[in-house]
Amino acid sequence: MKYTAQDFKSGQEPRWCPGCGDHAVLAAFQRALPAICEDLGYTKERIVVISGIGCSSRLPYYMDTFGMHTIHGRATPISTGVKVANPTLSVWQACGDGDALAIGGNHFIHAIRRNIDINVILFNNQIYGLTKGQYSPTSKLGQITKTSPYGTVESPFVPGALVLGARGTFFARSLDSEMVLNQEVFIAAAKHDGCSICELLTNCVIFNDGAHMAFADREVRADRTIVLRHGEPMVFGKNKDKGLMLDENGKIKVVTIGENGVTVDKLLVHDAHTEDTTIQAQLINMKYPEMPVALGVIRDVAEPTYDDRVRDQLAEVKEKSPIKCMDDLLNSGSTWTVE
Amino acid sequence: MQHKVIDTQDVVIRFAGDSGDGMQLTGTLFADASALYGNEISTFPDYPAEIRAPHGTVYGVSGFQVHIGTKGVTTPGDFADALVAMNPAALKANAKWAKPSATIIVDDDAFDEENIKRAGFQTMDPFKELNIEDRTIVVAPITSLTKESLKDSGLGLKDMERCKNMFTLGMVFFMYNRPLEFTDAYLVKKFGKKKPQMVDINKKVIRDGYNYAENIQAIASTYTIAPAKQEKGKYRNINGNQATAWGLIAASEKSGIPLFCGSYPITPATAILEELAIHKNLGVKTVQAEDEIAGICTAIGASYAGNFACTTTSGPGIALKSEAMGLAVIGELPLVIVDVQRSGPSTGVPTKTEQTDLAQVLYGRNGESPICVIAAHSPSNCFDAAFNAGKIALEHMTPVVLLSEGFLGNGSEPWKIPSMKDYPEIKAPVIDSCEGKFQPYKRNPETYARYWAAPGKAGLEHRVGGLEKNTAGVNSADPENHEKMVKERAEKVARIANYIPDQTVMGPEKADVLLVGWGGTYGHLLSAYTQLSEAGENVAFTHFDYINPLPKNTADIFKNYKKILVCELNSGQFADYLRAKLPQFTYLQCNKVQGQPFIVKEIVDAYNNIK
Repeated sequence: MKYTAQDFKSGQEPRWCPGCGDHAVLAAFQRALPAICEDLGYTKERIVVISGIGCSSRLPYYMDTFGMHTIHGRATPISTGVKVANPTLSVWQACGDGDALAIGGNHFIHAIRRNIDINVILFNNQIYGLTKGQYSPTSKLGQITKTSPYGTVESPFVPGALVLGARGTFFARSLDSEMVLNQEVFIAAAKHDGCSICELLTNCVIFNDGAHMAFADREVRADRTIVLRHGEPMVFGKNKDKGLMLDENGKIKVVTIGENGVTVDKLLVHDAHTEDTTIQAQLINMKYPEMPVALGVIRDVAEPTYDDRVRDQLAEVKEKSPIKCMDDLLNSGSTWTVE
Repeated sequence: MQHKVIDTQDVVIRFAGDSGDGMQLTGTLFADASALYGNEISTFPDYPAEIRAPHGTVYGVSGFQVHIGTKGVTTPGDFADALVAMNPAALKANAKWAKPSATIIVDDDAFDEENIKRAGFQTMDPFKELNIEDRTIVVAPITSLTKESLKDSGLGLKDMERCKNMFTLGMVFFMYNRPLEFTDAYLVKKFGKKKPQMVDINKKVIRDGYNYAENIQAIASTYTIAPAKQEKGKYRNINGNQATAWGLIAASEKSGIPLFCGSYPITPATAILEELAIHKNLGVKTVQAEDEIAGICTAIGASYAGNFACTTTSGPGIALKSEAMGLAVIGELPLVIVDVQRSGPSTGVPTKTEQTDLAQVLYGRNGESPICVIAAHSPSNCFDAAFNAGKIALEHMTPVVLLSEGFLGNGSEPWKIPSMKDYPEIKAPVIDSCEGKFQPYKRNPETYARYWAAPGKAGLEHRVGGLEKNTAGVNSADPENHEKMVKERAEKVARIANYIPDQTVMGPEKADVLLVGWGGTYGHLLSAYTQLSEAGENVAFTHFDYINPLPKNTADIFKNYKKILVCELNSGQFADYLRAKLPQFTYLQCNKVQGQPFIVKEIVDAYNNIK
């Protein structure tokens, strides 16, 4: 069955603020799903969308799929339960930076560590929006918010670094307004067997407007970000004249093609599939203005998934065990008979 | 010498030692041998939180009490006929549990100056200090005799010393004329394949202990306890946590819905998760989550996805799960939450039993959040209680709290093995299709349960969640709708009363006093009731398995008694609940909050004070 984006719209009108980046992410997700269903042979009823609490967590209500809007921080274990209970489902999770990385931080790293096959869309607007403007675990150091009137005194998380720290298998990053790239990222996440973390840098027009503007602004985006694709050389810039290379210390540096003998074939070629995190970690940690911000699928490594291992172990034990039903169990082990 | 052999109805034996002395195993082996011999048994482990507390300290003492008898064994017993104390600390911690007529066996080797001091005795004569000099005290050099017994075994000194509990077991076997064959069979099963030499070593030590006890003068009489006249059939021993796990699996089988357990280890509930983790052979999925909250949340996800889900914990875990329990309430998802209660608040006395979570599970959530609460009343009854919890959760689309207690979870008793054909089918309101758009909060008019449409079923796509919704499943902040939904959720839980058995009473239909209990105090209350009624007292007894909702005939029972005495291991939580639900009656209380079960005498005394 062929679907269109329309098939995934519930008819409930999104209640996000006008101009909120979440609208665009929702649209990209709804546009990606027909391709995901076609490529992976899913029917619509196999799609489940779970969310926590926060602005972005309203997303399941706008999807005409099975879904659950749960409690703050707990979308990840609920998604895990859904997937383990029925591994044939395609489980998606919508959550914000506060939801996934503050109150739900523990669940976030453990889902990644287990490599449960869920697809997490992490809306990172670096602020608490639904509670009206307090700093989050990804707010910039020194940021002034309602709960940090003199600036925050704590350093933010880099979500991708958490993914690597938890030995994650998939990490992608994109911007809310990158409609095409976002679809590409969601399709890659769906195809990845394991825990896929897609960080979407979103703009909160009310409480943190322009948080990503320095590199996300359309005027400068091509020069201040780099879109990575597996197997392709790391080229960026409006004129495709910049690239990334390793310096003599193994550190990534920005070079200009055509200067100092640099040619495209001397640039780094992106390898998302390598287990080794050395280059991927550097890409994840690149910050503007020193470096371009890396977008696209940065890591996509094949590893056995938690749900597959649960299923396999179940089948193996079932096969070997002489106990086939409750009566067998009740009568197993040490028993005695009274005549 | 010739020993006098005395027939007796029942005896209580308490094994006590350092937490590394193997007293739990010794007690278990004694209990199992007695059960296999055909006695009624009831056991109660009483162990510290420390796995290996500093050697010789009173707080590191681990105890295991076993009550064996021909008939009427309903509790692990109040006071011991025999006390085994492997060191001075064990003696100090347990002397108060020994009857005046008790035989006390001590390991003389452990009663040196250092250990006596470490146990906090002021003098070098612990017996005098504890005022127990007049008891029959068997002072045996157990450690050195064990080493002597094993000097040719090839074991190292430390390993030899570890066998001293088996030497002691042999002595107690002699005192109570227990056959050795059942323990031999256990040893073969445990060591036969991997360490066959340990079979012979342990057999030898047990026999040397047995023979030593026979040869010394100190044990003048031995006892026989005739096998119980049990109902015909096949029996096994079961402890409460195992029975709980099995009851959940049984409910899964009878409903045809796979069982999922999301949990986090916590004393004294952990063994349920451990037991469920074994039974992948019956399709059980277990997730050991990263914390208590994740435990229940994976279960909620599994329930939404169509599994029969449960989470198992103890009081502090319930506190952590409370918000998610509210999500299961408003999402109207079937879920069994097992609370094996322990002493609180906070970490409390974590290895000790109590009934202090009742108020927490009834009321401990934000908003109006009604939950069905049922309680197990004995180790083997945990099976039926867990089965019933599953049946209610699945048929009424609601979270159900099953209250167990450390006393039940760790306690064990013989159990006549049931047959699954005698258990009812469980029919969850699962739907596969519907006309028009699926309305997630449309209810069965009889039960008020909503219908369960798991992901994967075409045409039934819907959203549930923590926000209030209308019947169609659309978010609604409408004031009237919220109140309507609050009432419907409460009504759904109230209507469970139409599907549970009537409350029954032991004793006269009308009497002066009605003893009332719930949960794990059943055995003690039954013993107290039996004693009182045999003494001619005008008393009846009723014990509640179903707490919310209460059985429909509760008030009809209460009105027939002049005085109602509610006995529980807390400060009066069930009594307060009854006062709120049935305020027309006056409730007298018998309470204990010491982390210990009742002593039958305490209930009898409470009765005598109020009658």
